[in-house]
Amino acid sequence: MSLYVTELRRLSKRRVTRLLLVLLLLGLATVATAFSFSSHQLSKETVAAAQVESEAQYQRALEDWKKTVADCDAAKARGDQDTEERYGPNCGRDWQPQREMFDPKWNLPYQFDFRAEFPMFIAVFAGAVALFAFIVGASYVGAEWSTGGMMNLLLWRPKRLAVLGTKLAALLTTVLGVSVVLGAFWTLAFWLIGRYRGTTAKVTAGVWQSIGLDGLRAVGLVLAVGAVAFALASLGRHTAMALGAAVALFAISEIGIRIAVAVLSVPFGERYVLSTYAQSWFMKQVELFDYDTCQFAKGACEPAKLVVTWQQSALVFGVGAAAVLIGAFWSMRRRDIA
Amino acid sequence: MSAVLEIEGLRKTYRSRKRGVRHALDGFDMRVEAGQVHGFLGPNGSGKTTTLRTLLGLIRPNGGRMAILGQELPQALPAVAGQVGAIVESPQFFPHFSARDTLGLLAQAGELPRQRVDEVLELVGLRDRAGERVKTYSLGMKQRLAVASALLKNPKLLILDEPANGLDPGGIREMRTLMRDLAAAGMTVVLSSHILGEIQLICDSVTIISLGRRVAFGPVDEVLAAHSQGAVRVRLEAVTDLPQAAETLTRAGIRVAAEPDHLMLAGVDKPATVSRVLAEQGLYVSELTPVAVDLESVFLELTATAPVPGQHRQVDQSTKVGEPGSGATTGGWGA
Ligand SMILES: Nc1ncnc2c1ncn2[C@@H]1O[C@H](COP(=O)(O)OP(=O)(O)O)[C@@H](O)[C@H]1O
Ligand SMILES: [Mg+2]
Repeated sequence: MSLYVTELRRLSKRRVTRLLLVLLLLGLATVATAFSFSSHQLSKETVAAAQVESEAQYQRALEDWKKTVADCDAAKARGDQDTEERYGPNCGRDWQPQREMFDPKWNLPYQFDFRAEFPMFIAVFAGAVALFAFIVGASYVGAEWSTGGMMNLLLWRPKRLAVLGTKLAALLTTVLGVSVVLGAFWTLAFWLIGRYRGTTAKVTAGVWQSIGLDGLRAVGLVLAVGAVAFALASLGRHTAMALGAAVALFAISEIGIRIAVAVLSVPFGERYVLSTYAQSWFMKQVELFDYDTCQFAKGACEPAKLVVTWQQSALVFGVGAAAVLIGAFWSMRRRDIA
Repeated sequence: MSAVLEIEGLRKTYRSRKRGVRHALDGFDMRVEAGQVHGFLGPNGSGKTTTLRTLLGLIRPNGGRMAILGQELPQALPAVAGQVGAIVESPQFFPHFSARDTLGLLAQAGELPRQRVDEVLELVGLRDRAGERVKTYSLGMKQRLAVASALLKNPKLLILDEPANGLDPGGIREMRTLMRDLAAAGMTVVLSSHILGEIQLICDSVTIISLGRRVAFGPVDEVLAAHSQGAVRVRLEAVTDLPQAAETLTRAGIRVAAEPDHLMLAGVDKPATVSRVLAEQGLYVSELTPVAVDLESVFLELTATAPVPGQHRQVDQSTKVGEPGSGATTGGWGA
């Protein structure tokens, strides 16, 4: 217990932690503030005005169309031969403007819809906090290894697995605390934006529950990222090892595999790319289509479909994180500390 | 007296694909009695740091047995760790924390009261600089901080690997006094070093290691006595004849160390033999004095690391005990 408290204190004393926390706060605050300016709450009058405006636009378009058709007919009557080219077949009669093409929405300023759009902002939040978790997690244990702090500590606490486990626990608690507190503020901020500069319509208990589950998945991902960064830096005994591994993984997955599956035209190649799983983790599922199964010459076609679910993402990320963590603890147990 | 530290037949082999196998410790033995200041001597790369790391559970031995305070290691390490304070090979600290924070975190991890931090800072003379970041410290100040971290637990056994590294003369003297005081207060101190004057001044007993094996051990005066017999200084009438004399004496089975204007011989039973052997070659002795040796010459002799003019000794060139042709006795260790 004393070690756990010590490690929490060590982590919070670190400059990297403090600096990144400030940057994270500034970043999130900037996004929320900027966003609150771009959203405009719609009054009844604005909506009514927009409806009037789009009705007028519809009428104008209708007049234009009628005039064009009349012009074309007149030209035809005069015996012009090029009406097909100038007005299209049948004098463009088939292109009559439709009422539903003039949605009043297009005449309205952007309004933030909490229910529909907040889930995307959960993903934005998770991305930012995951980056925080990655750098803090990697540098916390990486610096301990590379400066000899780990060795010093082991002279006091010779149980290596307990020491590494306690450090990991301290990291995860800190990241969890940051996620929960900032996540609450983030939700509150967007709810307020929705309430005063957008809409919070139809936010039922069910919606809140769904948001809660999205939040849980986001926090899960953030913790996994922190743990993996920690494990990688501990395996390589250096912060840079974790950063290097992350860059390498990104390059292999997002560039290498993408190119390879494209060149080999592997069906559903994107299922081998990590970002697909990240996407489905947040969206609950991602649908991949294989258009090669379609022969468009024969007309419309349903392409073959593959669904990647968030459960599959959980499996991929879970197995990956577990493997790296087991590796880190295994090497901690066995290695010579010089 | 009871043994605070016992090592028997310790072996550690480093393997690497490129450089092959290196026996850093090759059946090493060591014994330190309670309340002593014990010197642990050996040339660079002889295995001192490896021994201490193994003892502290940082590396895993390939064989042998170790015990601290009567408890078998590494099994009992968690139990004895609180009674062993150690620094291993120029210890490093997280550079952005102050000395006080560094020690505070260690004290907290070890469940020690906070005022202990100020006590040890005072003891090593860092009181007024304790709030500054370790990054800004000089080598000697970092060394002091390291000693402070080892003293923090108020250990029964204090293990210091080359503690005089980077200390100024005043610092070395303070460290010496500190260690004597600690020993007087009942602490056992193990001190690895290659600075022999230091060791001779403050140690009660020594262990000398060469290429991973013990070459000598015991109370300082006994080690000196055991190896001072037969130490003889020889001067010739003509300095230019020294190389030839050295060669002649070496052939006669006498160990010779060449100095600019004289030769130091070891293992000479009867000084008369020396003058006879040399006279047979037409070399005439102008001085033949038995000398009382100091630890340094014993060390150089035992580890065979005395400088030879015209040669650049490489780090693993030193005595290998238990090999044919080596001067030292073949003990029960190793092989
Ligand atoms: N991690 C390592 N890998 C390979 N060889 C090592 C390692 N650590 C030490 N050695 C070798 O073991 C021998 C003993 O080293 P050490 O115990 O550090 O000597 P010293 O007596 O100077 O403290 C040296 O030859 C050294 O090169
Ligand atoms: Mg050393």
